[in-house]
Amino acid sequence: MSALEVVATGAQAVVEDLGRPGLAGLGVAESGALDPGALRLANRLVGNPEDAAGLEVTFGGLVLRARGDVLLAVTGAPVCVTVATADGRRTHGAGAAVAVPDGAEVTLDAPAHGLRSWVAVRGGLDVARPLGSASTDLLAGLGAALGAGDVLDVGPAPADPPPALDQAPLPTPLDGTVVLRVVLGPRDDWFTAEALATLGRPWSVDARSNRVGVRLDGPPLERAPAYAEAELPSEGTVAGAVQVAANGLPVLFLADHPVTGGYPVIACVVTEDLPLAAQAVPGQQVRFRTVKGPRLP
Amino acid sequence: MRWRPCGDAAALAEVEDLDTVLRLHAAVAAAREDGGLPGVVDVVPAARTLLLRCATGADLERAVDTVTALELPDAPPTSGEEVTVEVVYDGEDLGDVATHLGCDVEEVVRRHTATRWRVAFTGFAPGFGYLVPDTGRDAGHDAGHDGADDEPHPLEVPRRPESRTAVPAGAVGLAGEFSGVYPRSSPGGWQLIGSTATPTWDVDRDPPALLTPGARVRFVEVGA
Repeated sequence: MSALEVVATGAQAVVEDLGRPGLAGLGVAESGALDPGALRLANRLVGNPEDAAGLEVTFGGLVLRARGDVLLAVTGAPVCVTVATADGRRTHGAGAAVAVPDGAEVTLDAPAHGLRSWVAVRGGLDVARPLGSASTDLLAGLGAALGAGDVLDVGPAPADPPPALDQAPLPTPLDGTVVLRVVLGPRDDWFTAEALATLGRPWSVDARSNRVGVRLDGPPLERAPAYAEAELPSEGTVAGAVQVAANGLPVLFLADHPVTGGYPVIACVVTEDLPLAAQAVPGQQVRFRTVKGPRLP
Repeated sequence: MRWRPCGDAAALAEVEDLDTVLRLHAAVAAAREDGGLPGVVDVVPAARTLLLRCATGADLERAVDTVTALELPDAPPTSGEEVTVEVVYDGEDLGDVATHLGCDVEEVVRRHTATRWRVAFTGFAPGFGYLVPDTGRDAGHDAGHDGADDEPHPLEVPRRPESRTAVPAGAVGLAGEFSGVYPRSSPGGWQLIGSTATPTWDVDRDPPALLTPGARVRFVEVGA
């Protein structure tokens, strides 16, 4: 069986698949790749089932050593993939399958645009699957961020050959202001009209952001007088929820979010835009644009 | 029942009290088992709300119509299972809790161990059960659904004004109408009255949570 040895992780590298939906009632969030479409594509490029476990890499810097010949593909924020063997180094682009011979080292450099990339390996990562998924959930303590020296077993290759595709087009993450569509609520009535207007202005991504949430910096959002001192009974939250903490600053929940929360959620980012939020780098600007929500009685 | 949107594919049903949440949850769980709520991914009961999360917005709109029309059972279900949790009552906030309730520390411990608790729901963190005093009503009992409000709550206290950045695993706390046990170390704002060595979350166990919704819980005092 082949394996990948972690030589260096960069800012953070975690094992993710498509998560563990349906356990929120137990207090367990869905977790999974922050851009499920990108992980699916990486898996397709190496001929895996789309839900095979791969790596989520924050801002490049990942170095892996192959034990046995492996086939990799990188998607998400575009990075150069350098394979170093005894015969020299060769650099490949993201969005294509890359053959890595036994003993070679693969390095992902830092992306010029965006924050997170996904690595699939043919055969998938053969790791523990607590509660039915290989996904690392940093808040729930399921799995853990990888460290140098960790060895990840690679599963058996699928029966079908990898697709005969040279290069898949990857969307380049935006450098300017990222616009995220939100549906107001469930607790927009806890805030002043001014706060709702402020929500639509640019917010700066704080460096303390992680898979649990994107912390945003800007003018504090003020509560409506009727709710100034109110305490919200804990209620269920979703990935995409923009929760406003006691200091008035919003946190945009990502995949490893707390399943319930006691601070009001002013609006929720629509599911389709969450991968964009996962690519916002610290210091980058994010804006929320209100769209119509589902029809409710 | 008031519906509040949570993005494009989820919504909160807001109701008047916890008892109604639990009866609504029971009705939703039964409807899901009968296949009457396709496209529902997650159902999260909480203190005053039930979160419904679906695969798509169309699934949500259909599910909301179905849930709105559900008939609720007279009483929330209990699992009949009883769990005993051994506690050392040495919590840092024991004195503050006694002061708030106008009694002494021994009385806080007496009330906590004398109360029959029931797991209302789980949330916050994996395996964190929200426990409420068990009113002793069973499904089919005729007390009516306001029964929970008949007796005064023995241990109702506010959260701490400031959250702790790290509450140790096994800490036993109180907040609002609830008691609970922290399954693992995490930030938290509950008033801490003791600690237990009984693990409340173990992914290798099925179910992983010790305190599952509907279960009855008794706290027993043990020495340090």
